[in-house]
Amino acid sequence: MTQSVVVQVGQCGNQVGYRFWDLALREHAYVNKKGLYDEAISMNETHTNLAGGSVQAVLVDMEEGVVNQIRQGPLKDVFDSTQLLTDVSGSGNNWAMGYMTYGSAYREQIIEKLRKMAEHCDCLQCFFLIHSMGGGTGSGLGTRVLRLLEDEFPEVCRIVTSVYPSEEDDVVTSPYNSVLAMRELSEYADCVLPVENQSLMNIVNRIRRYSGKTGSAVRMDSTVISGHGGLSTGEKPFDAMNNIVANLLLHVTSSARFQGSLNMDLNEIPMNLVPFPRLHYLVPSLTPLYSLADVSMPPRRVDQMFSDAFSKEQQLIGAEPRHSLYLACALLLRGDVGVSDLQRNIQRLRPTLPFVWWNQEGWKAGLCSVPPFGHTHSLLALANNTCLKATFSRLKERFMKLYRKKAHLHHYLHVEGLEQSTFSEAVSSLSSLIAEYQQLDNTKDRVIPNAPRLSIAT
Amino acid sequence: MSVVTVQLGQCGNQVGLELFDVISNDAREAQRRTYGSACYDRFFHQTTNGELEARAVLIDMEPKVINHSMTKAAKSGKWRYGEKSHFSQKQGSGNNWANGFCVHGPRNKEVVEELVRREVERCERLAGLMPIMSVAGGTGSGVGTYVTQCLRDTFPKSFILNHLMWPYSTGEVIVQNYNSVLTLAKLYRLSDAILVHENNTIHRICSQLLNIKHITFSDVNRVIAHQLGSVLQPALTQDSYGTYSRNPLGIDWQVRPPSNFERTRGLPTHNFNRSLANLLILRGKDVYSAETGNFEEPALYTSWLPSNEAFNAWKSTVPFDKYEKSATLVNNSQSLLLPLDNIVEKAWNMFASRAYVHQYTKYGITEEDFLESFTSLEQVISSYRHLC
Repeated sequence: MTQSVVVQVGQCGNQVGYRFWDLALREHAYVNKKGLYDEAISMNETHTNLAGGSVQAVLVDMEEGVVNQIRQGPLKDVFDSTQLLTDVSGSGNNWAMGYMTYGSAYREQIIEKLRKMAEHCDCLQCFFLIHSMGGGTGSGLGTRVLRLLEDEFPEVCRIVTSVYPSEEDDVVTSPYNSVLAMRELSEYADCVLPVENQSLMNIVNRIRRYSGKTGSAVRMDSTVISGHGGLSTGEKPFDAMNNIVANLLLHVTSSARFQGSLNMDLNEIPMNLVPFPRLHYLVPSLTPLYSLADVSMPPRRVDQMFSDAFSKEQQLIGAEPRHSLYLACALLLRGDVGVSDLQRNIQRLRPTLPFVWWNQEGWKAGLCSVPPFGHTHSLLALANNTCLKATFSRLKERFMKLYRKKAHLHHYLHVEGLEQSTFSEAVSSLSSLIAEYQQLDNTKDRVIPNAPRLSIAT
Repeated sequence: MSVVTVQLGQCGNQVGLELFDVISNDAREAQRRTYGSACYDRFFHQTTNGELEARAVLIDMEPKVINHSMTKAAKSGKWRYGEKSHFSQKQGSGNNWANGFCVHGPRNKEVVEELVRREVERCERLAGLMPIMSVAGGTGSGVGTYVTQCLRDTFPKSFILNHLMWPYSTGEVIVQNYNSVLTLAKLYRLSDAILVHENNTIHRICSQLLNIKHITFSDVNRVIAHQLGSVLQPALTQDSYGTYSRNPLGIDWQVRPPSNFERTRGLPTHNFNRSLANLLILRGKDVYSAETGNFEEPALYTSWLPSNEAFNAWKSTVPFDKYEKSATLVNNSQSLLLPLDNIVEKAWNMFASRAYVHQYTKYGITEEDFLESFTSLEQVISSYRHLC
């Protein structure tokens, strides 16, 4: 059995992480009650109930608010103090503060905590880093932690969930923080699952609108946007959004936690979806999202679920992969879905989706027999797609708008260890990433003949 | 004559389980005692308290599937796997042939060899070794190839038949064509025979012939096990004088053109499927009156191997797996040319862009290794294409 360690950094990372643990523990409690399958919890070898014991997580924040809430909340017995690391003053929305100042000050402590967690694992397979890109701690210290993971545990897969800021983010310096963080992600992550705040907001609003229109309530057992029935009492504004990200993680880890007829190991994700080292950003889309939140909508059929996964409304970033080029695509299925559903739907969808010429059959699938709590089946699609070119270009523009005027730059240059070249290197790293996507995207509508085969003397 | 089966990876361990199940049921239900005991002798040995234990070694890099297969066999109450004849690690090969071949294989060489040796020593007479694996993933293909190489070194004279599962053309593993090319190029040199089942074809059998609505992997594996069982179960040949002495693996599968044979160039392309050799296995009622003349038509075969040598028929009047009559054809012909050519073409296109190559080089496979594999498979393709 393999284990994974979740490392949640910063306010957003810890809130998402909290939702994740809540859902994961409820899922296992439910499954075990039904006596479905019990060997699991391999993901964190923990405990099927919330009483006692620790889960494989490291919580890092440079302010105390969120972590203290977790400490006093219903999951308080789940995390012990050796897993927590906090400071009091925050990173001031400054990547450099997080990466340089706190990163250096807490380096040893962080490594110590990671090692301790790793020692609990009998076979450590993966680190899941959860953070946001826009602020200071998640973005700066988060990517510093990523680098530490690469140094200290080079063999262990690193999958990062990064929450990208909306264009109208409150944090003025969020484009700086995001671009500086992206360079680290491009260098040191095995996979990044980017999620945009704006898309999460849109999804939550749409679900609320649907349920408002029909006059019905959001289904009580739906875990898609609601923590209802679980630990959270009184929803906070970001809870619904964080819940979606937590569901994404729940899905990615499901085959490590439960059984299935087509197991998908976590290290198979980068292996199958990352054809070139730096192009490891995977666009996630989650279905069903809407019908499950609303009792009055008839449950959608399995085929509809497959189609939905490719529609714009279900993407967790604001992009349209259907109109760009797929380099590879994974389908992670949970619940009552068989290999024939899978084969049929791949055959059906294939002609409608443009795939890069050398990977026309670039599909990878996993079947996990246990559905998420309250669902019968669900699907997470992870697409390596050139649509990210547009997302990253927009980010770059926002960065350049500030950078040309050297706005707010002094906040960064004050920080010890940071030089202006860090900025230029980060932006050129992003530019070359965009260019790599562009280059592949250019092949989209061209007819490319098969590569001439080796000729053999007969 | 006994066969030692080596089940490798998720697919190999699932197919192996179904195979032993089919075989043990068939042997138990057979009305003839000689047939039953010949079959048991082939695939099982009896423990001191009379239980049937499969002559099998189970290998995987993660424990889930092996645990499942072991438990399921034990629960059948009819047979089981040996308590100590399995080996698993904690973490799979991640669909990466190089990880299986260069890392997991060498790391676990001694343990695996020891398990196989123990199983071989239990056989009074060894008919051969049969690794079962898929070519798509990391453990079956990578570790499977490595283990086959070790078996070849340890048992240089023994017969090795690899049973391979050819993946669905899409949906299982994206790098499956790379994994297949690397596997096939090596096995071509190591193995005495390679028996292939295609998932796509089996899936069609499930949907069109068996009318299964919701096909599961277990349905697919049962069809494979049935077919494989029908090849491997005892049968009589013309010269076996009524005893099931024929080595089920020991047919001369590897037919090669004589060295002085001159190949004519520029052959017309045709849709005709030329065979090198065919083995027809008939079981059940009327097998001795069945007309098999069409299989002996010289035009089916090459000019350098006459049809009476290229065609073999094995027969058994014992019905197989509850079928009153059944016929199985094992065909060494151009029919694999197309699927093989497809795999090589897709892998080669990917390789032209060097896509995914970094995933392999990180475990020690070089671009030259890839090129070498491509070259040797192009040679195989060319020889099959130019059969005449």
